Amino acid sequence: MELTEKYNEPAPYIKRLSWFDWIYGLLVLGGVITALKLYGQYMDTYEKGILIFSGCGLVALGWHWKSIRVLTIAFTVISLFSIYLYQGEILNADKNYFLKYLISSQSAIMWMSTLFFMATGGSWLGILIRSDFSARVAQHLTWCAVTAGFTGMMVRWYESYLMGVDVGHIPISNLYEVFILFCIITALLYLYYQTRYATQQIGAFVLPVISAAVGFLLWYTFDRQAHEIQPLIPALQSYWMKIHVPANFIGYGAFSLAAAIAIAYLFSKKGILTSRIPSIEILDDLMYKTIAIGFTFFTIATILGAMWAAEAWGSYWSWDPKETWALIVWLNYAAWLHMRLVKGLRGPILAWWALVGFFVTLFAFLGVNMFLSGLHSYGTL
Amino acid sequence: MRFAVSLLTILAIASIVGTVLKQNEPYPNYVAQFGQFWFGFFEMLGLYDVYHAAWFIVILTFLILSTSLCIYRNVPGMLREMRSFREHATESSLQHISHNHLYTFSIDHQVLLKRLQVHLTQKKYRFKLHVSENKILLAAKSGSAHRWGYILTHIAIVIICLGGLIDGNIPLKLQQLIGKKIETRGIPQSQVPPESRLAANNVSFRGNVTIPEGSSADVVFLNVGEGYMVQELPFTVTLKKFYIEHYSTGQPKSFASDLIVTDKLSGSATEQTIKVNHPLIYKDVAIYQASFGDGGTLLDLKILDLTNTHKKQPSLQGRIHQTLPVKFDNTDYTLELTDFRPLNVENLTNNPDEKKFRNVGPTFQYKLRNAQGSAKEFNNYMLPLELDGAWYLLSGVRDSPNESFRYLRLPLDEEKTLNGYTMLRRMLFDQRIHPEIIRRFMQNSTKNNKLDETMRTKLAQSAAQILHTFSKGGYDAIADFLRDSVPEEEQEKAAVVYLKLLEVIGLETYQLARQRMNLKPIGSNESAIRFVRDSLNTISDSFLYGSPVYLQLTGFDEVKATGLQLTRSPGKNLVYLGSLLLVLGIFAMFYIHERRLWLLIKPAENKLLLAMSSNRKTLDFEKDFGQKKIAISNLLESKNGIN
Repeated sequence: MELTEKYNEPAPYIKRLSWFDWIYGLLVLGGVITALKLYGQYMDTYEKGILIFSGCGLVALGWHWKSIRVLTIAFTVISLFSIYLYQGEILNADKNYFLKYLISSQSAIMWMSTLFFMATGGSWLGILIRSDFSARVAQHLTWCAVTAGFTGMMVRWYESYLMGVDVGHIPISNLYEVFILFCIITALLYLYYQTRYATQQIGAFVLPVISAAVGFLLWYTFDRQAHEIQPLIPALQSYWMKIHVPANFIGYGAFSLAAAIAIAYLFSKKGILTSRIPSIEILDDLMYKTIAIGFTFFTIATILGAMWAAEAWGSYWSWDPKETWALIVWLNYAAWLHMRLVKGLRGPILAWWALVGFFVTLFAFLGVNMFLSGLHSYGTL
Repeated sequence: MRFAVSLLTILAIASIVGTVLKQNEPYPNYVAQFGQFWFGFFEMLGLYDVYHAAWFIVILTFLILSTSLCIYRNVPGMLREMRSFREHATESSLQHISHNHLYTFSIDHQVLLKRLQVHLTQKKYRFKLHVSENKILLAAKSGSAHRWGYILTHIAIVIICLGGLIDGNIPLKLQQLIGKKIETRGIPQSQVPPESRLAANNVSFRGNVTIPEGSSADVVFLNVGEGYMVQELPFTVTLKKFYIEHYSTGQPKSFASDLIVTDKLSGSATEQTIKVNHPLIYKDVAIYQASFGDGGTLLDLKILDLTNTHKKQPSLQGRIHQTLPVKFDNTDYTLELTDFRPLNVENLTNNPDEKKFRNVGPTFQYKLRNAQGSAKEFNNYMLPLELDGAWYLLSGVRDSPNESFRYLRLPLDEEKTLNGYTMLRRMLFDQRIHPEIIRRFMQNSTKNNKLDETMRTKLAQSAAQILHTFSKGGYDAIADFLRDSVPEEEQEKAAVVYLKLLEVIGLETYQLARQRMNLKPIGSNESAIRFVRDSLNTISDSFLYGSPVYLQLTGFDEVKATGLQLTRSPGKNLVYLGSLLLVLGIFAMFYIHERRLWLLIKPAENKLLLAMSSNRKTLDFEKDFGQKKIAISNLLESKNGIN
């Protein structure tokens, strides 16, 4: 870096916002106010708080990471169009052309699945033939997949109310729904870091993980009819669900991304694709960053879970298998961070460890539901 | 440190064991699973309640001590480090810092110093000026709060563990040491001796109690090892009413209890409805909706004798959870009424793609235990069900709780009563009426086709044989008879003929029964044949039913019960405080970046030395250093806005 280069002091944050930022902010604000006006009477104080907080969060996120503005507006417009087409009648899902093939929740989720598969192919093609174009297409496909996924979730939320006013709930209540959440969040985390650090090649490693989740989702849909909207059991009827579950899945998503980066790291160390993926230093730094953000959210999620458990089951910690495995995941990453930050551990061992951590996380997420029984038995296979 | 890590590893493994092995099951289940030897071994290790085993708690305590020690040893140093600006750093030590840069400047050094100070202030650096004979040193730092991250997270872990230990079973363990004992007998609560009762002022507890509607409780039961202990409460909880709501698919939608909590000291009463996710906190005890059940519903039962005697039995009344001595067919039994469900929503289609949920009305469960102590369990529907176009009363039977119920379908006649079935059954089982049945059968079946005398005799004999065999043991008896008396290659054909004959005989019997009861004949239409065929099937199945009687529910007076969990957990606030500190600490640790900056001005040589360090060498730090180098170099130019 040349010292003669000009370094201009950045203007204050608020002045750096563009007119689009302000319009975006006003739109989200308008959305929140409309929601409060229309549905405020059905919400308790906490739910209103969560709504306002997520509105602010969405604005802040969009201002910080500009692409979010487009994403938010895109899926909002599509979801509203879908809702408009429904005309308050669930049966229109099969009658209306747009709904049937594009934007009923089930169709949107199928589109999300397809787009993720395509993005995975594109990102690998990009690496193998060193095509920047292909990599960029894969990146855009990922954005489209995320848009479709969010649309699917939003419309599913609406559909659940069409099934019955008492059935309606936010679609993060069972294994099927949280798998969609997982795909979206992992993809978003990847997109964030790849814009920040210009490391779009990471996609070739994380998109297969997402595709595997999509594969599971499809099996779960077609073999087990898991996509049917089910009413909430009493224990899940709480505002806590709206914060506990997403926080948890930011954690899971970040840990998965860290594992994907760890694989890239190990490939690079072994001399495989070394020249086609980001440098070891960047990968190492990214791995730390993703685990740090995952750990932060996972900690918050576990604490929120404990507070919810105290309200629903009468005990903030029951040593339920899910809780215990969450603790094991937490201890594992705490040890990882401790070794890196305090003991200064570096090198491939951390990458291997992040990979092992992913399997521990996977067991906590899926294995517990498959093999163990307990209070968290919402998603049995 | 190593010690702490090994302890942590042991805890992690123990926790995994605890998730794989179901915790706090009744001890006989474990014996059945592992056998006597391993059961004893695992019990010694405390594996049935890992998280409360003495060794688990001891390890946890060690961890707390070790972490506390770590805090005690490192925090003073960290605080000193946070306060220090390291303004005594020498030029040579600064040159040894890997991130340094030497500038030459041409402006007045006082102006430069001023500019640097303004810059540092703008950038939220705190700094100290150190002037020696020919050098001016600006020692600056930012993000010192980063170090609080370590301190807070470690303190948080200690606080959370402490809170957990208080709410865990340490208070209980201590009381066991001073003489409290576990009760293992199933006796009424009031008879539990004082050494198994815990005082109302117990520090922390978690217990359960079931209260029927209209009843009260002032104790809860704590599950301890293979038994329980009784925890006294400082108040009385009364259940006014329990509500359960269902979705249209039959899944439960909400459980709620109307409670009255009466303080024992002041006598003041508090009324509140609790629900799942909406507990009642009374003083320092939290009352949660945990489960529900039957609180002793009164059942009116009609008894249908299924033995050959077909004795008319008096009707019976009993409450759920009651055990009644009864006598059927000169044998003593005990009737244990176990459960009643007012609502059963079932999917009534066989088509897996289509779902048709319907409430099929109440069911009740009971066990019929013979004098030897073995029992069969029954699950009877109160209302008739339409299955494949005909109406039935269903009664399920099983030998053990892990089997599913096999259902006996009792067909209903055109009046939707069991009378038709009962009449038919009684006649088929009455040997005295058999000749009359055969006579009528011969008369009707030979009306249209002329048979010679030998054939007639043969047919009549066969018919009598079939009727007799069936009445002794159903289809199985007929199959046995065929196996013994018909050549193997003709058995299948003979079976078809026999079944057809049996059906015709059955229809004849039913007509005769109706005639004797002065009911109008029903002819031999489709539904009559169906009814007779169903009845024959059921009669045959009833040989395997395993009960001398069928109990028909004719009326009930429902009493529900609520299952409450009551806890006193003073450690909860500690745990929450610790959690808050943990989150603050994690944010400080990850997202506050510590930076130290030294700017050494040497006026005589017109040189400025920049050195920068961080406790964590990351890419962000490299980037920051790069930016800082340029920013400082901008300040050295003569034309600069800041003067």
